[in-house]
Amino acid sequence: MRTLAFVGRHAIAIALSVMFLCPIVFLALTSFMTDDQALTASLWPASWHPGNYTEVFARTPLPRYLLNTIVYAVCATCFMLLASVPAAYALAKLRWRGRTGVFVAIICMMMLPPQVTTVPLYLMWANYGLTGTIWPLVLPMLLGDAFSIFLLRQFLLTIPDEYLDAARVDGCGEWRTLLRVVLPMAKPGIAAAAMFQFFYAWNDYYGPLLYTSENESNWTLSIGLASFRSLHHVEWNLISAATLLTMVPIVVVFFFAQKAFVQGVTLTGVKG
Amino acid sequence: MTALLERRAGRATAAGPPPGLRQRRRRERLVVLSFMAPVLLGLVVFLVYPLLASVYFSFTTFDLINAPQWVGLRNWRHLLEDPNVRKAATNTLWLVAVLVPARILGALGTGVLLARFKRGSGLYRTLFYLPALAPPVAATLAFVFLFKPGTGPVNTLLADLGVQGPLWFNSPTWAKPSLVLLGLWGIGDLMIIFLAALLDVPKEQYEAASLDGAGPAHQFRYVTLPNIAPVLLFATVTGVIQTLQYFTQAAVAASVASGAATTGGGISSTFGYPEGSTFTYPLWLYVVGFRYGALGYANTLAVVLFVVAIAVTAVLLRRFRSFA
Repeated sequence: MRTLAFVGRHAIAIALSVMFLCPIVFLALTSFMTDDQALTASLWPASWHPGNYTEVFARTPLPRYLLNTIVYAVCATCFMLLASVPAAYALAKLRWRGRTGVFVAIICMMMLPPQVTTVPLYLMWANYGLTGTIWPLVLPMLLGDAFSIFLLRQFLLTIPDEYLDAARVDGCGEWRTLLRVVLPMAKPGIAAAAMFQFFYAWNDYYGPLLYTSENESNWTLSIGLASFRSLHHVEWNLISAATLLTMVPIVVVFFFAQKAFVQGVTLTGVKG
Repeated sequence: MTALLERRAGRATAAGPPPGLRQRRRRERLVVLSFMAPVLLGLVVFLVYPLLASVYFSFTTFDLINAPQWVGLRNWRHLLEDPNVRKAATNTLWLVAVLVPARILGALGTGVLLARFKRGSGLYRTLFYLPALAPPVAATLAFVFLFKPGTGPVNTLLADLGVQGPLWFNSPTWAKPSLVLLGLWGIGDLMIIFLAALLDVPKEQYEAASLDGAGPAHQFRYVTLPNIAPVLLFATVTGVIQTLQYFTQAAVAASVASGAATTGGGISSTFGYPEGSTFTYPLWLYVVGFRYGALGYANTLAVVLFVVAIAVTAVLLRRFRSFA
């Protein structure tokens, strides 16, 4: 009976694994086909064409999109941390009047669909002449990001107050307590928040579509990929190659920081 | 009596604290302000201001060139008669009603499965999670390819089994269910949250339940579910909010499935393909505001979305009230 359950569990898990992996495998196989074969029903490449990958680079300014995406993701992540870590600390570890109200406002902001505030904010950036650039996506991060503050606060709550009190008894001010005592202990939380922000920026489509679509030299990978089309028909072998190329960096980052990431995902839903 | 005296004494200090204390309080407030200042400014600039502005703009008509002009309730009356609003809202509500429960059940099912493994669940967890990492544009492209009506791998495999596959993203009936399948493919993030909650359920409770003669179904109902209820609530609320802003997958799927040779700027011409079946509320808002340039009316649409989102968020806030 026990062996039966064991076999059953693994059988289901293996079947599910196949289903989750299949789309990627088919995509990878297609990325090595010829243009003509990609339009047929065959699943396996008749002959292998790694040249599709270089063709993608020749067809689109992929390095340009990649650079823009990296600039967007890295700036957004660094800016977010500068403002969000201190705020999360004040929300988790300092007692002050109005704290609850501010936390509620941050949850509201976190839950607000971006489309609600789009028009007034677009007008604001247009006023400063910054539409057509990625600045409207990056500069707001200097004033914190609601989801990151929420995540960091949840993490900081798990650090016992005793450590902080010890630092204060030793004469540390609050900033020094944050920098010297809390930051080293909060590394996993900060890593998770940073990765979420990085992934969000990397995957973002709505933001870049809104602000950069008028200026092709500032496009990100998401926009470039969505616009990757030829004049005559859809060339699926090239689209497959381009699609896989945009996934690679994310998967690499994930494998290097899997633990911090999983811990972060867990924290958003469970603790608090 | 003593309690009363103490309360009085407390009130006395609150009314007029000694100068040293007052100074200390002021310093503490400045310290808090030094931590919170950027974020407080952010809340004003990116939450309070745009919300107030949207409400005001919703009563005006203007575009990028002309200044706002007060038109009273005209936009609001138009909203009630706008067939596109009805269509887009219906599609969005369909997704909320189907996509959110489907993702939660799928994530709960895979979570329960993985929680039963004593060893070796790490590899499965990673494999189930990986699709959630795929950028939405990339994942959507992959699915449109996979579900191509004539020659896509899915319909090819179905044909081998003797089943005539539907037109998927090219069929008005099947386009939204295809998007649900795409959403199910990326349930990994939810699954990890559920898995953590499932592993947190105290073992003793299961033992006690099984001593009382509870079978697996009863254990799930009376031990597992109450323990993971807060996480389920969180997943439901955030799921509904995410689905209300459903944009990328619908836009990209329509554009690619239609086969139109468009570029980023002109993508909106294919929105809703086929026959408006994937036309969601945020897509209509985007088209009204940034393709038709009717910014006043776009704000009217935004205010409605805001009211719905805040009503959903209120449920979540009730849960967090005790922690804030």
